[in-house]
Amino acid sequence: MDDMMFLTFLATLVGAAWRLATPLIFASIGEVFSERAGVLNIGLEGTMLVGAFCGFATAFATGSILLGLLAGVGGGMLFGLVFAFFTITIKADQIVVGAALNLLGMGLTAFVFRTYYVSTGKGIEIAQPIHIPWLSDLPFLGEAFFRQNLIVYSTILVAILATLVLYRTSFGLTLRAVGEHPKAVDVAGRNVAAYRYAAVMVGTGLAGLGGAFLTLGHSNQFVEGITSGRGFIALAVVVFARWSPIGAFFVSLLFGLFYALQLMLQAQASIVVPYQVLQALPYLMTIVTLVVVRGKGAAPSKLGQPYEMR
Amino acid sequence: MSAKPFLRIDNIRKRFGPIIASDGVTLEIDEGEIHALLGENGAGKSVLMSMICGMVRPDEGEIVYRGQSVRFNSPREAIRQRIGMVHQHFMLVPNLTVAENYILGQGSALKVINDMDKVHAKIRELSDHYALDVRPDALIEDLSVGEQQRVEILKVLFHGIDLLILDEPTAVLTPQETDRLLALMGELVKDGKTVVFISHKLDEVMRVSNRISVMRDGRVVHTVNVAETDARALARMMVGRDVGMELPRSPAAPGRIVLSVENLTCRSETGLPAVRGVSLDVRAGEIVGIAGVSGNGQTELSLALSGLLPVDAGRVVLNGTDITGLEPARINASGFSHIPEDRHKHGIVLSLSLSENTILQRYDQPPFAARGMLNRRAIGEHTRDLIKRFRVKSRDEDQRIGDLSGGNQQKLVVARELARNPDFILVNQLARGIDIGAMEFVMEEMLKQRDSGRAILLISTELEELFAICDRILVMCHGEILGELPPDRSRLDELGLLMAGKTADHLEQPALAG
Amino acid sequence: MEQVNQGVRENVYPQAAQALYRTLSQAAISAVTPIAAVLVALAFGAALLWLNGFNGTDVVTVMIFGSFQDARSVAEILLKATPLILIGAGLCVAFRCSIWNIGAEGQLYVGAIAATFVGTSIDGLSVWVHAPLVMLAGALAGAAWAGIAGYLKVRFQASEIVTTIMLNYIAIILTSYLVTGPMKDASAAYPQSARLVREAWTPRIVSDMRLHIGILVAVVLAVALYIFLQRSSRGFALRVVGLNPHAARYAGMDVRRNVMIAICISGALAGLAGAFEVAGVTHRLYQNISPGYGFEGIAVALLASNNPLAAIISGGLFATLRSGSEVLQITSQVPQVLVLVIQGMVILSVVAFAKFRDILRIAA
Repeated sequence: MDDMMFLTFLATLVGAAWRLATPLIFASIGEVFSERAGVLNIGLEGTMLVGAFCGFATAFATGSILLGLLAGVGGGMLFGLVFAFFTITIKADQIVVGAALNLLGMGLTAFVFRTYYVSTGKGIEIAQPIHIPWLSDLPFLGEAFFRQNLIVYSTILVAILATLVLYRTSFGLTLRAVGEHPKAVDVAGRNVAAYRYAAVMVGTGLAGLGGAFLTLGHSNQFVEGITSGRGFIALAVVVFARWSPIGAFFVSLLFGLFYALQLMLQAQASIVVPYQVLQALPYLMTIVTLVVVRGKGAAPSKLGQPYEMR
Repeated sequence: MSAKPFLRIDNIRKRFGPIIASDGVTLEIDEGEIHALLGENGAGKSVLMSMICGMVRPDEGEIVYRGQSVRFNSPREAIRQRIGMVHQHFMLVPNLTVAENYILGQGSALKVINDMDKVHAKIRELSDHYALDVRPDALIEDLSVGEQQRVEILKVLFHGIDLLILDEPTAVLTPQETDRLLALMGELVKDGKTVVFISHKLDEVMRVSNRISVMRDGRVVHTVNVAETDARALARMMVGRDVGMELPRSPAAPGRIVLSVENLTCRSETGLPAVRGVSLDVRAGEIVGIAGVSGNGQTELSLALSGLLPVDAGRVVLNGTDITGLEPARINASGFSHIPEDRHKHGIVLSLSLSENTILQRYDQPPFAARGMLNRRAIGEHTRDLIKRFRVKSRDEDQRIGDLSGGNQQKLVVARELARNPDFILVNQLARGIDIGAMEFVMEEMLKQRDSGRAILLISTELEELFAICDRILVMCHGEILGELPPDRSRLDELGLLMAGKTADHLEQPALAG
Repeated sequence: MEQVNQGVRENVYPQAAQALYRTLSQAAISAVTPIAAVLVALAFGAALLWLNGFNGTDVVTVMIFGSFQDARSVAEILLKATPLILIGAGLCVAFRCSIWNIGAEGQLYVGAIAATFVGTSIDGLSVWVHAPLVMLAGALAGAAWAGIAGYLKVRFQASEIVTTIMLNYIAIILTSYLVTGPMKDASAAYPQSARLVREAWTPRIVSDMRLHIGILVAVVLAVALYIFLQRSSRGFALRVVGLNPHAARYAGMDVRRNVMIAICISGALAGLAGAFEVAGVTHRLYQNISPGYGFEGIAVALLASNNPLAAIISGGLFATLRSGSEVLQITSQVPQVLVLVIQGMVILSVVAFAKFRDILRIAA
């Protein structure tokens, strides 16, 4: 490979990385909200599947990507409501409920998909890349950053908005307090359960959006288990990002890079490594991440614990 | 007395499951007074005040405030009526700044925070007025316990309250910090506030309050003017009989050195220096006490001795064997018993039965286990024996220990630790959270152990506990042992100064004592 | 008042009778909740079928009773119950120790790989040696795979929830690599391994049915694990570590060691389940050797309230549902994934009823 080719490869790689990071960015920023409020949602995988399916089904019926995305968010939130009810209201173990919701998400989406859609074999129109005038013509940078679809661009907006909400609003302030010292929030007159519900709604809404991107902005079809572990990887991203939305954005990009590398190296005939090694890369890197980024220093101290009001 | 009291609590009742916390409390608070609420642990002081500030709703009864019957559903409603409480466990969020903690819960949830400058200015102004030295932009987790308490008090003032309730505020303070707090209460009253001061320390209450209400078993048993009473009378009201904790005991006959600690140094779980070069000996047949304000390294000292915290430097020798840094299992097996400070964290497993809790350390040793299997009969017999000997009130040995009262749980822990036939017993807070009857019982048991030749180290923040059973008292401050005193109540002042970190040198040179 | 009443009761009934009454009522309460949970889940499944134009009552008639047609179909249920009981009972041990091993699926795959290796690469052993050797290999491989997550947890505090899930993906990808590459049967068109030698096969119970002695091994192991947890000193230590690790350390228990033991036990049983799938059922390694037994095992353990003895029953129940869902797919074209929905609902109902039971217990 000469230098030119390498640069082109790099530009394509970065562009693909951002695209492939998009579902992770949405899901992990959402999970930052959830975990900051003390709720660990390991049902993220199932939630993303529900978002992916609702997005697909809506776009299939209406032809509208926007409605599809909204349905993805709505489906995720509806699923999140079940999670919130069991973990916050009933105070059941968050891990157990999360595991149940993963099964439900997998089962329900596959059930309905097989019942109604699988035989049609038809796909949907997906969001098209928007070439930003002038910028998209820049050498390398254009390919890497300015030829994405709107959903991909919106990840920047979501990251900034999430940061502003978390650090510059009364809502965000209270949310950060809820995961750390819920009783103080209770005494200050805010409803801890309501904030946890809200945090889970933000989290699952964004996870649903991340799932919907998979069917509306990436592949044009729903496939059973299309998320293939992204919900779980998002959990590791949050740890690596130290519970910060901006951090989650960049760590997701790193994981996007692993995905992109896997896809692009698979296409390179000259690479002798079995493709399965590349396939395993994101999963392996998730484990490495958890080992390297150690310590619970930054974790909300009440993560995973229900709040008992007196 | 004025015709209409500022606050009137009328026949309030509150139950938590089987526990009656308030059993028809009636109490009046006058405007502009410092009213002390005195009582033993578990007398119902905190619960009563939690009902006044909207944290807990009463089952029955009425609260009349400024002539109107009120019913607060949340602390916020109470704050709106200018009633605020400083809790024993601070309500400060560690990862937020002082100012952020103050505005927590204020205004609309959707509000964008853009007026922090104003908030900071107001905090500085209040802080200067009362000389509290609170920085609005400091992160709570960087502040010491004393500083956090000042932040808490200022928070209530920031919210503009008229009735301030302080729940055991001096438990975490040195005598000198306590003086400063008591003076602050006076200033607050001068500014037109009313203060309710919860405590179980007679001297503080005598020093600062106008009136004192004594609570016992969920009731107010007496309200007296401070000028018309004395400490002894108050103590009698508190426990319902004469106290002073004069347990009958013979002089100690210390024998050989059982535990020897040399220059022990270790850090807390968060990595901060906690114990700095502590040396001490405990002999057979004596009880050595360690006094000190909580948070001065006592917790870490006991964890390090029992192998639960790594030792950075120094040596711990038990019966001539070096046990420094050994695994807890090895230390347990070498004649070391430990009655831990935090019963629910270390001492017991709440959801297991009494039987299972009594074999916590010896689950794999005969007669409780043979060939890897538990011997249920032996365990049951042993537990029944302990229950009987230590008068643990329980249904049977299969009952969940979590269903027992704190006093009975502690009795079982004490029973278990003594039954292991130790040479040395480490006790951290022998009588925390248990009733007087159980307290006397476990103390007498400790004296019996002493007389049978065991070495005991008693770490406590309760001076009464130390005076009652110790043969000598060491004082710990900032991770160091600063001095040793006999258990002589007449030298209380000296003890207090040592607890505040003033060593003997300071005492001899009054110029430096400040 | 209450104390007086209690006093009277104590005088009337002797202690032994009281204890018996308590045990029986507790047993009744603990049996009621899982039954109710299953009923709720089935009702949900029926509603889902009905809403999508299928026959709702099929959930009961076909999924529960449909597969009990003859000895052969019962044998097929027991065949499916084998991995579920093994994994479920193993997970009971991990969950009791508060280790969230979500990686039984991956441990099953690794066990299957090891079993295939031992079953294809060695020849000439007696069945008395080779068949047990295959099982041992599966169990050890499963334990080792789980042990990775255990080690990362005790050494680096890496959340075992995430690591075990990641190890699932890696094990499945590894299997796919092996059956398309190094272990591929050269003569076959599909990705599959060579056939295990006859002596390595798990012996069948009746020669003309696929059911093998694995079901007996599973039941025996579940009983053994129950005794281990409730009656052995090591099992006691595992439970204490799971309930209160601080108290465990105070008492001198080695928390890390107990965590490793618990996760390795659960991994060993999952690995053994994988070995049985290869050596007892397919006799070859395939890419999709498990239809999700590893995840279903979580539901089995939770429905059993982490009691290995009860996992025998809940494993049998889930196997019945799985068989029934296959029948349902053939007879009424209902997608078989319905079974996942019912599993998820069972877990949710179990936690809801468990909370309800706690409230009742406190009230009483």
